[in-house]
Amino acid sequence: MCPAPVTSVGRSVPRREGADKVTGRARYTDDIAVPGAWYGRTIRSTIARGAIRSITLDPAFDWSRVVVVTADDIPGDNVVQLIRDDQPVLVPSGGEIRHKEEPILLLAAPDRATVEEAASQIRIEYELATPVSDIGSATLVFSTVDISKGKVVEDLEGMEVVERTFRVGLQEQLYIEPQGAIAIPEANGVIRVIGSLQCPYYVHRALKRALKLSDQQAVVVQAETGGGFGGKEEYPSIVAVHAALLARKAGRPVRLIYDRHEDLAATTKRHPGVIRHRTAVKKDGTLVSQDIEIVLDGGAYCTLTPVVLSRAAIHAAGAYSCPNVRIRARAVATNTPPNGAFRGFGAPQSLFAAELMVEHVAERLGMSSVDLRRKWMLRLGDTTATGQVLSESVGSELVLHAALKAAQTAQPPNRPTVRRGRGLSLVFHGSGFTGSGEKKLQGTIGFEALADGTFRILTASTEIGQGTKTIFSQLAADALGVGLDMVTLAPQDTSLVPDSGPTVASRTAMIVGRLVQEAATEIRERLKREKPPLRVEKSYIQPDTIHWDETTYRGDAYPVYAWACTIADVDVDMTTGEVRVTDLVTAVDCGKALHPVMAEGQIEGGCLQAVGWATIEEIKMKDGGYQNDRLATYLIPTALDAPRIRTILIENPYSRGPYGAKGIGELPMDGPAPAIIAAIHDATGVWLDEIPATPEKVLAACASR
Amino acid sequence: MRFTLNGRAVSFAGSGARRLLDVLREDLGATGTKEGCGEGECGACSVLIDGEVVDSCLIAVGQVEGREITTVEGLADGGRLTALQQAFIERGAAQCGICTPGMLLAAHVLLQGSRRLTADDVREGLAGNLCRCTGYTKIIDAVLSCTK
Amino acid sequence: MHEVKYIRPKSLADAVHIYRTTPGCRPLAGGTDLMVMLHARTLRPEPQAVLDLWSVAELKGIRGTKDMVEIGATESYTGIIGSKHVQQHLPALADAARTIGAAQIQNRGTLGGNLANASPAGDTLPVLLAYDVVVVTDRRSIPIDKFFTGYRKTALQADELITAVRFPLGREVAFRKVGTRAAQAISKIVMAVSRNPARIAIGSVAEVPLRARRAEAALERGDLEGTVLAVAEDIRPIDDVRSTAAYRRTVTQNVLRELLESAHRSPRT
Repeated sequence: MCPAPVTSVGRSVPRREGADKVTGRARYTDDIAVPGAWYGRTIRSTIARGAIRSITLDPAFDWSRVVVVTADDIPGDNVVQLIRDDQPVLVPSGGEIRHKEEPILLLAAPDRATVEEAASQIRIEYELATPVSDIGSATLVFSTVDISKGKVVEDLEGMEVVERTFRVGLQEQLYIEPQGAIAIPEANGVIRVIGSLQCPYYVHRALKRALKLSDQQAVVVQAETGGGFGGKEEYPSIVAVHAALLARKAGRPVRLIYDRHEDLAATTKRHPGVIRHRTAVKKDGTLVSQDIEIVLDGGAYCTLTPVVLSRAAIHAAGAYSCPNVRIRARAVATNTPPNGAFRGFGAPQSLFAAELMVEHVAERLGMSSVDLRRKWMLRLGDTTATGQVLSESVGSELVLHAALKAAQTAQPPNRPTVRRGRGLSLVFHGSGFTGSGEKKLQGTIGFEALADGTFRILTASTEIGQGTKTIFSQLAADALGVGLDMVTLAPQDTSLVPDSGPTVASRTAMIVGRLVQEAATEIRERLKREKPPLRVEKSYIQPDTIHWDETTYRGDAYPVYAWACTIADVDVDMTTGEVRVTDLVTAVDCGKALHPVMAEGQIEGGCLQAVGWATIEEIKMKDGGYQNDRLATYLIPTALDAPRIRTILIENPYSRGPYGAKGIGELPMDGPAPAIIAAIHDATGVWLDEIPATPEKVLAACASR
Repeated sequence: MRFTLNGRAVSFAGSGARRLLDVLREDLGATGTKEGCGEGECGACSVLIDGEVVDSCLIAVGQVEGREITTVEGLADGGRLTALQQAFIERGAAQCGICTPGMLLAAHVLLQGSRRLTADDVREGLAGNLCRCTGYTKIIDAVLSCTK
Repeated sequence: MHEVKYIRPKSLADAVHIYRTTPGCRPLAGGTDLMVMLHARTLRPEPQAVLDLWSVAELKGIRGTKDMVEIGATESYTGIIGSKHVQQHLPALADAARTIGAAQIQNRGTLGGNLANASPAGDTLPVLLAYDVVVVTDRRSIPIDKFFTGYRKTALQADELITAVRFPLGREVAFRKVGTRAAQAISKIVMAVSRNPARIAIGSVAEVPLRARRAEAALERGDLEGTVLAVAEDIRPIDDVRSTAAYRRTVTQNVLRELLESAHRSPRT
């Protein structure tokens, strides 16, 4: 046997598809030429609530030049397959409209000009109804979660009681590649959909349901995907089904590629919410009780809202140990476009409030909020709000210590009108699916030893920039004792690979990566006795030490938590209220950095998204739709806006993660926003309770002081 | 009309009012240049015209008559990656990669200048290229690793 | 459905002639506004042709005499920022051009384009007002304070082309823009101030880039506090997707005070 090559786990090896990405060879959905493909377009509601009275196709236009798809053309169920069957694929004539931009018709034509012309020849008449436009006026509840620990009493005599209400806003994922899919009808009733997506099997299920296809007839292939962040978790099912319906009717391939305006106007956003806290402490700072109420706005349809609410509720008490906790959470419906998955998935929202409560309580007591965190923080052996005993890999003290050590001495500002401030946050984030999610999913991968001596990973887990292909290759190569170039991955094509579950929930490295590692190890063993080709499948098996009760919301909500402490430095211009985040230091307990540069990359990118959410990413509503529907009006940070970000990786291993690794994809979204608000307070003396902390809000708050 | 694309002479017979972005992607098979917004806000469609970085979604193809266009496909010298492209791969400056072509071209122009770049220079020079994945940190590292 | 034609003139005279004689013809310079609207099909009426002025040599260049600096209508912002004439005599113009932020846009943005679009938020327009520039066209010269006649409306005749912008020398102008982020941001407010003569020009606070006349009168009298108070009467800001009227009012006053104080402290802004 050849001498063992240098191992790759823990080293920042070059990104496997990196050469393609830097040369323009990488093929994203719209780069893929499909001869004879027509162009598709979605016709959407212009009202927020009501019904379709009539749909008229102007007879002056030659409709034989185009294909028109309505709800009547849906062979299967007119349902977007997800959790609850409440969202139609297309609203039928006479049907109910629940949000602006709701899809009604689809068009396809040989060229874009014709499809645009056809679109302008469609007249839709509506019966208007009064829309429910915000959380305050919402009555329909999608789901509720109640978490209870100990007993929260009303009589808090002798305690300091701090009450505060916080608000968090909408946020667009703003992947730089807009949504898109190409549907290709093939022989034997097969429809192949190539798309920009995170979860091939979600799309597969949606196609089967709406187009009445068998497992083999629906084929979903993920193309190189230009960012997802949750925005391409569930939404691509709609794009894919729409493209497939057009392709089916046209009898030819159809490209349905959104432009940025449509993507901004019509696709899912982060759930906005209102979070109310009532915290009781003893005068010495001992935490006595947390009483928390959460209301999230799900938009018009359920989508993934119950799961978002679940994660928000489970994280709502923060990274702290409290004997008495009551969390009452509900998600309500409004006549706005449905909200959906976005990195963090409810936790950034509730942790924003939890972290600022620490600041407010510390202020009331005249204590340092860092000292208060030291007093309250969850440590090894402590019990969370759901009654989970944290039996391993609790990095709270490690990250707090590391961040404080790394933070440099603050310098005074260089202009007389600018004030400088610093804020800190301590957060945790459950890695993997909530509760019984992984158990229900039973994610499965395939692993092959090929006749030519190389190895192949078969997984539906997608590369969306976070490094899936590289990390899985590292895990496989090291388990096999071979070089990285001996390992390949099969395409993320549902006709080729089993369902390893969606690429979400900070699970890919920790849960699926572990399966890759196990499969590779098994193949290595078998190769001692057998010759290739060999194939194994590995499915997730829930360890019997994880117990979760879905009805009482008690037990082990997540297999393990990752931890982060973030320190933010801001400059506030007192004449304009402009907030500039100049520096971020963040210490992250990731269990094990399988690929340090990629781990840092996740942290840096997630932190900047959180900075944007806290400062400049604002969506204003008008008539049930988003006013900020172009990149000129929905602003994300440029390189000039971005703070210097320093990341400290702390390896505090988790026994079940590959090499001890924990999922960290979403954690970076949780810390910066409350740290920035605390920093604004440090600079100006004012407390904001709402993000984004726009200059308008900052200036008004300073003026009313 | 005629122009040069990555050192190769090309001719184009369609309407001069079409966006250069569309002609590159649809007529000339050069899909390395991406459309992120169509508004001149994101820089994903950046190309070089006679060495100057511009958004190709804002250029009418007729305007590049006789000019030298460079796209991401024209950076590597016959398959050999430039130091900048190599740095992008190794230093984690490319994650999902969709902003990478435009980012490389803007950075390439920055590195052509005569003086040593600072981090602030790089931030300013890349201000027209949005990235959602990286937080820009490793992009700046990669560019600085290539400066004089 | 028609395809928009592309017309490339051979010279300025050729461009002037074509523009006068071709129906439905839109002048195209750097394309930073026009190409977006063309693609989104939001131009009304829909154009039949675009007239490419970008490569007309007579429209480029920056020339200086002892009395003035003249900038060609399609000179790029990059050219403006790098020009010795501008750096020496018109630094506020370079400041305004720099706040655009993106190299891509600076390489294609032009004064001619900004003037013709007449957006109330145009970053350079308050600077042009503060310098009292003259807009030179193919047939006359229009003083800037007569140029903006209404929301996105100018004094230009239907077939009139801007050829250059002429700046008088010897005036010190201070500039500040307040935007949502550091680069590529439409302003919440944008301001250019000259002490002598008194010029206070502000963008994004009215339907046109505005000269704050009452505030200028107070400044002329040397009443700095009065100037700051008066500007609130001059402006007519609105609530929009970017900001609020209340914020714009407060910040206009704050920024004006700051620009006046810094000009007061150091004669060279």
